[in-house]
Amino acid sequence: MIALLLRDLKLAFRAGGGFGLGLAFFLIVTVMVPFSVGPQSELLARIAPGVLWLGALLACLLSLDRLLALDWEDGSLDLLATAPLPLESTVTIKALAHWITTGLPLVLAAPVLGVLLNLPVLGFQWLVVSLLLGTPALSVIGTFGAALTVGLKRGGLLMSLLVMPLYVPTLIFGSEVARRGAEGMAVQTPLLLLAGISAASIALLPFASAAVLRVNLR
Amino acid sequence: MSIWEYANPKKFLATTEKVMPALWVSSAVLISVGLIWGFFFTPDDYRQGSTVKIIFLHVPSALMAINAWFMMLVTSLVWVVRRHHVSALAARAAAPVGVIMTVIALITGAIWGQPMWGTWWAWDPRLTSFLVLFLFYLGYIALWEAIDNPDTAADLTAILCLVGSVFAVLSRYAVNFWNQGLHQGASLSLDEKENVADAFSNPLYVCMAGFVLLFIALVFYRTGTEIRARRIKALMARERLEA
Repeated sequence: MIALLLRDLKLAFRAGGGFGLGLAFFLIVTVMVPFSVGPQSELLARIAPGVLWLGALLACLLSLDRLLALDWEDGSLDLLATAPLPLESTVTIKALAHWITTGLPLVLAAPVLGVLLNLPVLGFQWLVVSLLLGTPALSVIGTFGAALTVGLKRGGLLMSLLVMPLYVPTLIFGSEVARRGAEGMAVQTPLLLLAGISAASIALLPFASAAVLRVNLR
Repeated sequence: MSIWEYANPKKFLATTEKVMPALWVSSAVLISVGLIWGFFFTPDDYRQGSTVKIIFLHVPSALMAINAWFMMLVTSLVWVVRRHHVSALAARAAAPVGVIMTVIALITGAIWGQPMWGTWWAWDPRLTSFLVLFLFYLGYIALWEAIDNPDTAADLTAILCLVGSVFAVLSRYAVNFWNQGLHQGASLSLDEKENVADAFSNPLYVCMAGFVLLFIALVFYRTGTEIRARRIKALMARERLEA
């Protein structure tokens, strides 16, 4: 398992393009927001938590089609499927690798971009906490979407259509935590719900992803 | 006599063809009776005036929009567990009907909302969760269309339906939460079932029964079409093989 994780991480770092791309996308989305809504700082401060969450979500979504497609194309996915490691663990590791290469950098970059959007001081810690708790769910759900569409030639657009509705609860609770934190309100309820969604997704969705992947590899 | 007999496409087609005319006629009669009764023989509401009458389209279509997804969930489960092709095809056949019902519910809701709430659309929890349901339907149909191998498509869409159901329910409650967080508890709730007087509820029940029958008729009809389409495909494949 660890070998597989290291392999995926190495590929992500060395293959170029894939690693920094999500981060660059997050940056560019955030930079575009003031251009579209205007530079008034109090407006930016109000929408900052939501915009940052949406940007992180889109960046996550964008990097999903590389998650399994490359392994599918060169046939290593077939090898992984026949390896002694259960497919459920394989997809979990894949999701973990995706999170480390995409989710974690987003979490780390979010406070910096928060400065650009004039995020209130109180909001920083809760933004980071909510992203830290929420992005694993995004990775796991995204892995399910990637597994669904892995066999398709032009799967990217379809995958967005499939994955976006599944992201709704995570986005709602995640940005709610960030918003309430920024406004100095109590965050406990949405925070616990967000953590619950993440925990449940991580525990259950790999089974669905593995089942779907088996169908696709048939 | 068990329900699994209808897993045989031939038996399914024979039986549905027998009951189809009765289904079409009874649903047409029920819907027209319900709508005419509702539109012309109920009093105007003392506050909402005659706009209240759109309820006779709005509520039944919303009912079917949700139950169509539920039916797809059940048939998907049957496909996953027992691998009856008719079941998978029925799920496929129900999805476009469900999406149309969702659209009808959304549009009639907007038409009703405009004079009542002064807006075509509000991010009320119910409206929002219906919109999310609509997106789920779109994804489900798109996945069916995208995959060539019918068995693969059936498997993948079935699992998507199962996972999607969980997330649809989650979204329903998440949206409830989100809206309360955004502004005061919505006074725009559509759930005024309790307030509907008998004069309205009776034709409403007739309409709902009519919509249920219409849905069953449409699903039977479309499932039959899917079965025949698959037969044609098989025949053509055999012909190519022999030629």
